[in-house]
Order: sequence, then structure tokens, then C-alpha cells
Amino acid sequence: MSATMPEKGKMAQLVDWIDARFPMTRFMKEHASEYYAPKNFNFWYYFGSLALVVLVLQIVTGIFLTMNYKPSAADAFASVEYIMRDVEWGWLIRYMHSTGASAFFIVVYLHMFRGLMYGSYKNPRELVWIFGMLIYLCLMAEAFFGYLLPWGNMSYWGAQVIVSLFGAIPGIGESLVEWIRGDYYISDITLNRFFALHVIALPLALVFLVIAHIFALHEVGSNNPDGIEIKKLKGPDGHPVDGIPFHPYYTVKDLVGFIVFAMVFALVLFFAPEMGGYFLEHANFDPANPLQTPEHIAPVWYFTPFYAILRAVPNKLMGVALMGAAVVLFVFLPWLDRSKVKSIRYRGWLFRSFLGAFAVSFIALGYLGLMPATPTYTLAARFFGVIYFAFFLLMPWYTRIDQTKPVPERVTYHAH
Amino acid sequence: MTSEVGKSNEEGVDGGRRHFLLVATTVTGIAGAALTAVPFLASWKPSARAQALGAPVEQDISKLEPGAVVKVNWRGQAIFIVRRSPEMMKQLEDPALAERLRDPKSEQSEQPKYAKNDVRSLKPEYLVLVGVCTHLGCAPLSRFNPADAELGADWPGGFYCPCHGSKFDLAGRVFKDVPAPTNLKVPPYRFVTDGVVQIGVDAEVA
Amino acid sequence: MPTEHLAEAMMKKSFHKLVLGVVGLSALAWSAVGAAAEGHNSALQLARNDVANIASLQRGARNFVNYCSGCHSAKYVRYSRLAEDLELSEKQVTDNLMFVGERIHDTIKIGMKPEDASHWFGTTPPDLSLIARSRGADYIYSFLKSFYLDPSRPTGTNNLILPGTAMPHVLWELQGLQRAVYDGESDAEHNTVHKKFKEFELAKQGSLSPQEYDQFVRDTVNFLDYIAEPMQLERRNLGMRVLAFLIVFFLFAHFLKKEFWKDVK
Repeated sequence: MSATMPEKGKMAQLVDWIDARFPMTRFMKEHASEYYAPKNFNFWYYFGSLALVVLVLQIVTGIFLTMNYKPSAADAFASVEYIMRDVEWGWLIRYMHSTGASAFFIVVYLHMFRGLMYGSYKNPRELVWIFGMLIYLCLMAEAFFGYLLPWGNMSYWGAQVIVSLFGAIPGIGESLVEWIRGDYYISDITLNRFFALHVIALPLALVFLVIAHIFALHEVGSNNPDGIEIKKLKGPDGHPVDGIPFHPYYTVKDLVGFIVFAMVFALVLFFAPEMGGYFLEHANFDPANPLQTPEHIAPVWYFTPFYAILRAVPNKLMGVALMGAAVVLFVFLPWLDRSKVKSIRYRGWLFRSFLGAFAVSFIALGYLGLMPATPTYTLAARFFGVIYFAFFLLMPWYTRIDQTKPVPERVTYHAH
Repeated sequence: MTSEVGKSNEEGVDGGRRHFLLVATTVTGIAGAALTAVPFLASWKPSARAQALGAPVEQDISKLEPGAVVKVNWRGQAIFIVRRSPEMMKQLEDPALAERLRDPKSEQSEQPKYAKNDVRSLKPEYLVLVGVCTHLGCAPLSRFNPADAELGADWPGGFYCPCHGSKFDLAGRVFKDVPAPTNLKVPPYRFVTDGVVQIGVDAEVA
Repeated sequence: MPTEHLAEAMMKKSFHKLVLGVVGLSALAWSAVGAAAEGHNSALQLARNDVANIASLQRGARNFVNYCSGCHSAKYVRYSRLAEDLELSEKQVTDNLMFVGERIHDTIKIGMKPEDASHWFGTTPPDLSLIARSRGADYIYSFLKSFYLDPSRPTGTNNLILPGTAMPHVLWELQGLQRAVYDGESDAEHNTVHKKFKEFELAKQGSLSPQEYDQFVRDTVNFLDYIAEPMQLERRNLGMRVLAFLIVFFLFAHFLKKEFWKDVK
């Protein structure tokens, strides 16, 4: 590096030249080298940056897939096999994208759970949370549209079932379904418009929302496992005493997290890309057949908690409404939570129990959504569904009466 | 990142170790990014299907009349196969012709070894050329008639590109003072039998 | 101070319990999913094929061409790719695996028209490029071993794995013909109700011994497994190298992180 020292003058000149015309250095400072993040981030704080990494991965691999994919009913299935067999390294790019889709949801679910544990949605981070929820909604739409594109039989019937959900809306339902499909059944026309939404409309929305999410976060500053506002205690230099610059401390830390994530990702991608039929379903290796439903039809795993709620309700309209509510209720968390403290560390047993029960029922519903709807399973889905909604609807009550502990002034951190 | 190292050299910090790790991580990271880019870039190479469609093509030339041309599509390009008549061959032997050519010995032009000769072909009678002008990729026209007044009184017969007026002789060699820089390319080819030529596979020449 | 530490320790403990509980329960749920999935396929015999066994793949390719490709295409599979992966020369593939008039870069198609197939079999024989991925190797292995005599069927045979299949037992000359034996069949009053499959017994000897037939089917299934994902060996090989790289990268990054975090007091 010492060899480049004499060049530094010129580099600095270039930087000055750019800074006079574009806020490059200011931007880097605001969001990296002088963005002060709490020093006590733990394991759960890797998933935000990992979500960003997976977004980039999906965009890049998606662009390359688009170069060989053909969005037509006649060619779609064959073009995916063309990518898998004839395009050099096409299989790798395709598996990255298919594994990335599931990885995205794993990362996002952990990221959201982190928010629930440490009260990251609470004042002053309501907008961070709402932007995050919009990202999640977009992500679900993105995954749904993308799932039709391989035009396998599961793609076809999955789209058929989900699109039919809109038919439950009284009055306009049937015509709405027809409008979404653009045809009287899921056809070439539907595939073509889903393709447009998947490759351009929703990715654009996602990118804008992610930027908004990060800007909102950097405006108020990051929460932490103690739920303490580090900005309240500043040192003589004007920086929070419990804060450290994001760069280099969290860039190096997140790099380690990224590499560990990459290892797990590589294990799936290279050794079990189908993940036992959960990431790539077996029935999707048969081309779409409008005359034959696969024997056992279930959505991809990341939708199954909501699918289980849908199936548990005997009334179609109510089922759709409750499924929608199960997603939308997250948005209202900042106002449902009446606790004085943010972090689970200083909350009482009531909140802990409810959160634990919620996590268990989310996973249980996810499991039940994958299973055939036998009477026992349906009963179980109703039980866990009730817990799921109780977590939200009883929140104003149990968070108010919950015994909280005093929150210390400084964050919990032990130097290594 | 590097400038941070020097600044944060606090007490108890091993600057050498930090510097080493920083360089090692950066280098490994850049190497990893570069290796990751390889499959993406390589995916632009002709796919197995493109290669299949670009496979060698065969053409029956047993019925080709002397002085006639047949065009074959190989890899999206027109391949001209000309059966040269004795009069055409005579034109090529004219020493005055070589004076008017830019690259008479095909030193700067693309052709298989076995076609790097005065007649630019494996068998003198048959000329096989890629019908793509070496100037900007237009398709040259066959103007074999020396009496073609349009192309000047001294036109010996050959190929004429209508886009920018490049001219080539009956061996596809480019004339001086035209825009095309080199002779027309010769594709790899071989004779499967006397009457069948295969484009896309090199002839085995001893 | 000590009480604060104690509280902190307890808090940490209960937090860990929560995480452990969630992880444990999810592990339970997933193992149940796995068990259920396995239970679903318990009727299948294991194919025990090995796509790294080139000799087996070569035999499987020959079997496929001789017995399957009359009716079934493998329209995503190129002969040239087979030559490369199965370590055969293009001439070997042209002479032994391809029909007259096909070219080395072609994919494995059939001469039969779909309408003819529908006419003969009542259905179109499916393309087999991906059959091992949509049904699984064990399924095909079991399917090819489970044809039995059933005079009620137009083909004269039925299949235990796919009852009512339109596919005739094309391998009967090799395997012979087997009869299905049921438990409780002697109970004349209930034999239609309580019929429970017990085993197959050979009714007519084939040209192969049962062991040879097993191997024949295993090779064929192995070939189908390979063509369903021709890059699977390459995939695993690359995976090992990527992981090795990531381990090195991890070590550097991990120690770099520790180094920087010495600053944080």
C-alpha cells in the first residue's frame, strides 16, 4: 500500500472533484464510516445485511436467467431445462435463484423475529417497521409471480389456487379473478403478465422500499438487544458512547456473517438444491397440465403458515379474510404494543410466553400447511391459528400489565 | 478501508497483524468475487443448442455447373461455394491481377492453412468462402462476368459488395483502394466425398 | 452489582431457553415432516443406484435405447452430452445409441406421433428427461419391478405401484411374468375386501435371473437419474471447492473482525 502513497494526491483530487458535484463522501460517511450503531448487536443482527445481500443475489441471477428464459406457455418449461442443461453454468445461476428465493424468506423471517424480540417496531421506528412490512408484502407477491414462471405443474396449480382466492371477495370476485388472469384459465397471457411483474415492477418497488427502509433506520438510528436508545447518552465528541462506526466494525462483522451464510447457502445449492422437495417441488418437474392437478398440492413452504390459516376456516370468504389479516396485523404492532420497554430482556413472563407461543404456532402452522388437511390437522391448525391471532389481539392487554424490569442506562457489552 | 488502519492504531493494537489480515481478507474477497463472476460471464458463450445449430453442414456439389455458385447457410452466415471454370482459373493466374490486390498472398487474411494459397482453396476448382464482407458485414454479390461494365472495364470477375463498393477477385481476395481491409474469410471445410463438401470441419491435410 | 449480574445471567438464560425451545420445536416439526414424507413412500424399494458409476450409466443408456426410447422421448437430452458424460466416443454413441438419420447434437426424440400414441395406449407416453426428478429413482425402480399378470387389463398386466397403468410390461421377456400373491386370499368370502399384497411369484421364467433383472432395472434407473440432472456430479464437485474457499475466507475475515473489535471497549 505504501507504493500507492504518491498517487494519493491525485486520488484525493479526484474525490474532491466528485464531491463538489455529487455527495459521495458525505453519503459514505452518513451511512457507513460515521453511522454510529450500538456496539452490542448480537447474532440476530446479521439478518438485515444478509437480506440485502440476498436481494442483490436475486436481482443479478434474475437478470441472467431472463436472458434465456421464454415467458410463454409453449416455451417456458423447455427454456428452464435449456438453462439447466444447454447454457453454460446455467444450472448454477438457476439454482442460485431458486435457493435464493427460499433463503430470502428464511432471512426475512429471522429478521422480523428479531424485531419482535427487541421491540424494533416501537417508537421511534414505526416507519422503519412499516417500510419493512411493505417489503415483506412485495416479497410475497414477487415470490408468487416468480413461482409461476417455470410453468411446472405445481407452478400452474399453485397460481390457480392463489388467484382463485380473490374470487372469495363478494360481488366483484369472479370478474376480478378473470381480470388478473386475463383469460378464463391460467394461460399464456397470465404467464406473460406475471413475468412482467416479477422481473421489473416488483423488483423496482422492492429496491425503492429497501432504500426507504434503510434511510428511515439511519434517520432514527438502530435499535439493539437491550432496546436502549444510544443517542440519549453522547460522549464529548458528540457520538453516542455506546455506538461504534458501522464501518469498519460492522462491515467486518457482517462479512463474517455473510461468509457463514454463504456456507449454508452453498451446502443447499450444491448438495441439496431441491431441499427434499421443499425448495424445488417434485411435481414441478412435470410440465404444467391444465387437466391434471398434482396429487398433493401445497404452496412453497414460506407461504404455508398463512395457507394453514386459510384452510382451517370452513368459510371461503372468512378464510381469505383471516389469511389477509394474519399478514396485515404485523403492520399495527407499533400501536398494539403498550409496554414501556422494548427488549424482551426487560419484559416479563407474559410477553415472553406470548412471543414464544407465537413463534411455535407460526412454525406449527407452516408445518400443517404442508400436510394434507385431515380432520386432526385441521383441528391443530385452528388451535395454533387462535394462538397466532391472540398474540396480536391481546397484545394491548398483556403488554400493559406485564411486569417489566428496569432498563439500564448503558447497553450490555463485554469486550472480548 | 486501508486508511482506517493507520488511524486506529491505538495502544495494544498489533498494526502488522491487522494490516496482514486486512490485505488477506480483501484479496480473498476480490478473488471470490472474480470467481463468482466467471459463470455469469461464461453463460454468454454459445450454448449447447447454439453449438448444435452451428454444427457442420453438408452440401452436395456434384451437380454444380462450372462457373456457378451455390449458397449454404452455416451459423447464420451465407457460405459461397463456387465451381470455377477454366476461364476463371485463367483470370486468377494473370500476374497483372496480383498487382491490383491488397493482400494477394493472404498474409493478413483469415483462412485455414490448406486455403492459404493463390486460389485460396483446398481443390483449385472449388472455392468456399464466407459471404460476409470484411468491411462492415454486408453480403457481397457474385459478379463473375468480366464484361460487367458497371464495375469498370478492367473488371476480371469476382465479388462486389453493394454497401460500400468493396471488390474481391474470384479467390475472394480484396482489391486495393476499396474499404474492405482483408480478403473474404474461408471457413473450415472438407470434402466428405468428391461430390459432397462439409462446412465447419477442417480438412485433414498431410 | 452482583444482583445485577445475576439478573442479567438469568435473563440471558431465559432468552436462550426461548431460542432453544423454538429451535427444538421446529426441529421436531421438520423431522415429523420428513417421517411423514418417508412413510408416504414406504411401499417403494430402494433403487440404490449410483450416478458416478459410468459403466452402469453406459448399460443404462443401452437399456434405455433398446427398451424405452421406442415410445418415450428424452427431448432435453443431447447425444453429444451423453458421449461426453458417459465417456463414450461420438462414434460409439452414433453406432450404438442413435437411430439412423439422427445427428450427434440432436436430442433423444421418438418417431411415434402423439396422436398414434394416444390411439395405441389411450395416453401419450411421457417424456422421460425429468422423470427421475418428478417421481424419484426409487419409484421408477419399484415400478419396473412391480408388473404382474392381470387378465382384466388390456395389456394383460397391471402394476402395483401405478395401478391401471397404460404401459405394457415391455421387459417381460427379460423378467418373465409374475403373479401377485395376496394374504388372506384363501378366505373366499372376504378376498376382495381384505386383499393385502404379500409378494410376487414368478409365473413364467424370463431370460434374466431375478438378480440380473434387478441390475438391469438399476442401471436403467441410474441412467434416468443421470439424465434428469446431468450436472449433478459436477455440482457436488464444485460445491466441495466452493466450501473449501469459503473456509479460508472465513478464517481471514473472522480474525480480521476480532482484530478490529479489540478497539471496542
